[in-house]
Amino acid sequence: MSKLVIEAGKADRQYFKDLLAYRELFLLLAWRDVLVRYKQTIIGVAWSVLRPLLTMIVFTIVFGRLAKMPSEGVAYPILVFAALLPWQFFSNTVNEGGNSLISNANMISKVFFPRIIIPTTSMLVSLIDFLISILILSALMVWYQHVPTWKVVFLPLFLGLAAITALGVTYLISALNVKYRDFRYVLPFIIQFGLYISPVGFSSSVVPDNWRLIYSLNPMVGVIDGFRWAIIGNTQMYWPGFFLSVGLAGLLLIFGFGFFRSVEREFADVI
Amino acid sequence: MSIIKVENLSKKYIIGHDRHAGSAYRYQSLRDTVAHMARGLYQRLRHPLSPNTENTEIEEFWALKDLNFEIQPGDRVGIIGRNGAGKSTLLKILSRITEPTSGRVEIDGRVASLLEVGTGFHPELTGRENIYLNGAILGMRRAEIRRKFDEIVEFSEIEKFLDTPVKRYSSGMYVRLAFAVAAHLEPEILIIDEVLAVGDAAFQKKCLGKMEDVSKKGRTVLFVSHNMGAVIDLCSRGFLIESGRVAMEGSARGVVRKYLSSTITKSTHKSWTHEAAPGDATCKLRSLTVCQENEPILGSALISSPVQICVSIDVETPANELGLTLLVSDSEGKVIVHTSSMMNRRLRTPDRGQHFLKATLPAYLLNSGDYIVSVVSDIPNNRIIFDEENVISFDVSLDCEEVGRYPANSWTGATGPGIVEWARWEGQDEFPPVP
Repeated sequence: MSKLVIEAGKADRQYFKDLLAYRELFLLLAWRDVLVRYKQTIIGVAWSVLRPLLTMIVFTIVFGRLAKMPSEGVAYPILVFAALLPWQFFSNTVNEGGNSLISNANMISKVFFPRIIIPTTSMLVSLIDFLISILILSALMVWYQHVPTWKVVFLPLFLGLAAITALGVTYLISALNVKYRDFRYVLPFIIQFGLYISPVGFSSSVVPDNWRLIYSLNPMVGVIDGFRWAIIGNTQMYWPGFFLSVGLAGLLLIFGFGFFRSVEREFADVI
Repeated sequence: MSIIKVENLSKKYIIGHDRHAGSAYRYQSLRDTVAHMARGLYQRLRHPLSPNTENTEIEEFWALKDLNFEIQPGDRVGIIGRNGAGKSTLLKILSRITEPTSGRVEIDGRVASLLEVGTGFHPELTGRENIYLNGAILGMRRAEIRRKFDEIVEFSEIEKFLDTPVKRYSSGMYVRLAFAVAAHLEPEILIIDEVLAVGDAAFQKKCLGKMEDVSKKGRTVLFVSHNMGAVIDLCSRGFLIESGRVAMEGSARGVVRKYLSSTITKSTHKSWTHEAAPGDATCKLRSLTVCQENEPILGSALISSPVQICVSIDVETPANELGLTLLVSDSEGKVIVHTSSMMNRRLRTPDRGQHFLKATLPAYLLNSGDYIVSVVSDIPNNRIIFDEENVISFDVSLDCEEVGRYPANSWTGATGPGIVEWARWEGQDEFPPVP
């Protein structure tokens, strides 16, 4: 049994060891959240199916039919749904994760565990919704007789990028939420705003070429373009923008994690 | 080789005072107050221009200051002290929930802390699911929980409801399940905060018994409680913490005695001016006196006549129901008498104005010894108006000739020998009476 030393500002030495030691708690908390979510099975699953489906229908009508945006050679619902997959994964994670520390305040003030487990858990829960959405997309692709190319094997990579982006933002927001309690009222606005500035309802090819690099400052642009590239198969990737997005997503994660770490030690005192 | 070594441990909180809070609201403990004030401070930092800024003062508060101690493996240490002395902060630092401001702690073993029963219980989940969840939160491995699962279920006495969501449990069942999980923790070091205050008496006893088993297996236990009887029963050593420092260290019994004698005023009477009186806008405590035959006692109370505890309160806003509770404890903190003015229907709704109440304890109810009186006033099921611990004390001495024939300390009962009536059997029937 190794000796545990507690000193002011010296928690870092044990940090990653603790993370490893508490991996079971991490899985159990994720299991709890999934269980609670789907406890009323019909409502839980129906909600995970209906939400992306309804959003897809609205976006298809507004952007595809009314605004007549280009569809990259596939049925417009598939274009929209390929983007909705990562977007909903991102927004669910940020939304749930952002408020997760507050809703588990009691645990934080009574038990020790690496606090980062809590917001990270919400990503696993969103992953379940993501998998349900993948099934819907498969059904759509069968319906529209769209056969994916070999590129689809890269989908997990882009999912990883989506996870990195979502976690970076979630860490930042969840920590801010503890520090400033009315931050939670800002959160829905941030998510809504993100939807407007991300190419969910339309293809990012409609953005003028000289603006695309700037547009890619939003890391979700790279994620969504990647998903469309992997699923649709014949879209053009704007690689400089993609790598900019990847770099920014990485920086966001490092910054979000760092900020979380710096605020984490006072959580129990202020929550 | 010590298992826990604490060196110069200090913890500072920054608190903001709200001058408008007044005395209308009373906090249960300073810990809550600190948390409340810290929150208030953040609110103000966020709205620096809001008009109530001038109502706050920022102040540093040292919950712990240069604390030093060592604990040996197998020690069962009771930590006692007044509210706000820093006990809970110490436990939080040892449990790694919060960081110290300075100083160093070395811990040589696996720690499990129980600062609350049922942490992380989710109402939607079943008893079975919550056992796994709560066990993991308390630091048990899944394999360990699986191994002890049947034992936990048996201990909790809720087998039939194992697959019912805990939101449908009665509060007693809930506490029993939560305790059952906690009681099966097997760390090298077990840290327990005031958690035994909940649950029914029989189950509390069962838990204390289980914890004693745990400590007999050579585990180290740190136990914070206001229940001095439990501290003496469970612990071998005691620490008395006063304003963030260890004021005394020794046997549990010795430390409890010292604590109780330091907290009580050696006086059979206490009164307050209207301004200084404990209480709020509803009711204020003005005086407390021990009397016999309607006269304040001077030296000791005599065992052969009733003891009267006389209370004077000012009711300023008549409430629907107002209770006055008296607790008489012995020198080891064990409550001997716990009674309330609610017992008398006519006293339940006092009018505005000053009231003088008298609680009479029959002769011989208390055996010879030292007693401490605490007084609490509350609006039932609503809030506590004041809670004054260990306000006055008195001692009872043997006075009648009959009991005086024996050495003074030979009467060991909680009650005096004369409370029992002895007589010759005078029934017409055969002796002994057959049911």
